[in-house]
Amino acid sequence: MRWKETDYAGWGRVLSAHGRMARPEKLAALKAALAEAPAPAIGNRRSYNDAPLNSGGAVIDMTRLDRILSFDAQEGLLEAEAGIEIGEVARLFAPRGWLPTVMPGTGRATLGGCIAQDVHGKSHHQDGSFGQHVESVTLLQGERRVSASPTRNKGLFRATMGGLGQTGVILSAKIRLTPCPGTMVRVTESRAENWDEFIALLDRSTAPYVVGWIDATARGAALGRGILEEGELSPTLEPWPKGARRVPLDAPSFALASPVVKLFNAAYYKRVPAEGRIRERPIADFFFPLDKIHDWNRLYGKRGFYQFQCVVPPGEVEALRAIMARIAESALASPLAVLKRMGPGRAGHMSFPMEGYTLALDFPARRGAEALIRALQQMALEAGGRLYLAKDALADGETIRAMYPEHGEWAAICERADPARALETDLTRRLGLRSTT
Amino acid sequence: MSETRSETWIILGATSSMARAFARLKAEQGARLLLAGRDMAELRRLAGDMRLRGAAEAEAIAFDARAPATFAPVIERAEAAGGMISAAIFVGSMPEQAAIDADPALIEGVVADSFTGPARFLQMLAPAMEARGGGTVVGVGSVAGDRGRLGNYVYGAAKAGFATYLSGLRNRLGREGVHVLTVKPGFVDTAMTWGLEGMFLVASPEAVAASIERALAKRKNTLYTPFFWRWIMLIIRLIPEPLFKRLSI
Repeated sequence: MRWKETDYAGWGRVLSAHGRMARPEKLAALKAALAEAPAPAIGNRRSYNDAPLNSGGAVIDMTRLDRILSFDAQEGLLEAEAGIEIGEVARLFAPRGWLPTVMPGTGRATLGGCIAQDVHGKSHHQDGSFGQHVESVTLLQGERRVSASPTRNKGLFRATMGGLGQTGVILSAKIRLTPCPGTMVRVTESRAENWDEFIALLDRSTAPYVVGWIDATARGAALGRGILEEGELSPTLEPWPKGARRVPLDAPSFALASPVVKLFNAAYYKRVPAEGRIRERPIADFFFPLDKIHDWNRLYGKRGFYQFQCVVPPGEVEALRAIMARIAESALASPLAVLKRMGPGRAGHMSFPMEGYTLALDFPARRGAEALIRALQQMALEAGGRLYLAKDALADGETIRAMYPEHGEWAAICERADPARALETDLTRRLGLRSTT
Repeated sequence: MSETRSETWIILGATSSMARAFARLKAEQGARLLLAGRDMAELRRLAGDMRLRGAAEAEAIAFDARAPATFAPVIERAEAAGGMISAAIFVGSMPEQAAIDADPALIEGVVADSFTGPARFLQMLAPAMEARGGGTVVGVGSVAGDRGRLGNYVYGAAKAGFATYLSGLRNRLGREGVHVLTVKPGFVDTAMTWGLEGMFLVASPEAVAASIERALAKRKNTLYTPFFWRWIMLIIRLIPEPLFKRLSI
């Protein structure tokens, strides 16, 4: 197995690592690599932070192990290797009437990554998290191949859903797809003029897919204004959209200076008429809007960016409003800001979701951003909320363990699955997650 | 596409990532696929993937460029399927030049994998294609075959031999309605180039496969992919030998 000595980063590019990387294209090559260096597996590195990093050590890039292994067209059960992208599953199976039940915000996330972060999508309030639709998963623990499901090796299965790759190298998984009548989504867009209206719209919505874009620069009476998108799968069949554009260069820092973002957001808000509108959009455009621009993370310049994402319980809307107000005051946010309702569904000990509201925003890495995010983390903690381990780059272990009460149980299962702690990543080390005490 | 439905594509060296990307395009068009190579377990896994992506049939079959006894069964299997036969050749091997310098016997394997094996196979297949009066040969060479360079001249020589062979085969089969495309990729992001020093402008296997597909539609004879390698290699070929022999490019 040839190893590549390389610098690599998470999607936010603020955190990076240097080390050896293998990218097996065959099962035999994966086994050879693991025999040489037991190492954590990574996918397309769409986690924003240090979850896919192992500084000074080795990692195994799984993206070339991406074969579909079986498909049951009656039940919608798909088994595939961990490296397949979720957008590829959608592209191949939507025209045949099936869609992944949980579609994360990027189609470039791999199956293995979706499991390791127990990702959620725009239908979390009704469908729950990704791991809740996993029928079984196959792991490589050293030389040993182990299968787990909700009924077999139950503890290991729960620890693997959202388990940050710590229970073994995820080799393949079987997932339940959802029936899909066409390749388009009927999208209703409505303006929310302020925070209260936005929350009311979210609470009232009965649509299967719901996501809100929030103008993080609006203040005062307009605080929390934004656009609610409600989608339902449409029976219309259209050809799948073609590939993505590229970002050729790292953008200069003024591209996301506060006045630019303010202007952009105002225009983005007004593009939807006051009375709202209804459109049909391709599945890929609705679910993965940013995938149209390849490497869009380069728009944040070479210093990269942070994403802050928290969820707070339903009774803590006021706390979330305070978080939003703090962000608006800071004038540090980028145009990418999302507000969603979340249901209680979660599949693992370390899964992010909880019933309530989730807010996600990007902050270019510049003066003040870190201090602001730390303050926001504290506010989320005090509201009984939680930070997302696919995003967090700044928290400390104590904060995270307070937010994840099942952490101890999870760490104990990981300890049995990986006693040598060969699967640790920069994230688990930073937060001391593998510590069982 | 109905045109490929009746067609059987033989994919030699099917477990390589470039072959996989090309075979997937054909699978989505509903072609029949014969996935030929050495690692049968891997080929069977790939065949399953191809069927689930839309291939009318996909079958794993043993092929080793260094074992000519494996050639005839592949051709017989393709003939038995009926319909047009096409072949895409992705085999080749590239040990480091330093390894060859240390053990000159390695040359035979490189030449068998990249030139004589596939050439002998195509020579055996040619009559069947002529008889059918159609079909396509995609022969994957390399820009390394355009000029012997310090870093990989044995591999380059084998690929140059294969390119010359394909040129002659085109001359022969073109008269019978068979299209022969010579593909010369630059740096492609595969297991062969993973971790090598000095890589630049690296293309994905999917991009190369898509460019092959476009070149087939236009019935091109030679494809440099990505396209700019045509110009890079033009310059490299134009460097006078007295100067070139002192360069380490």
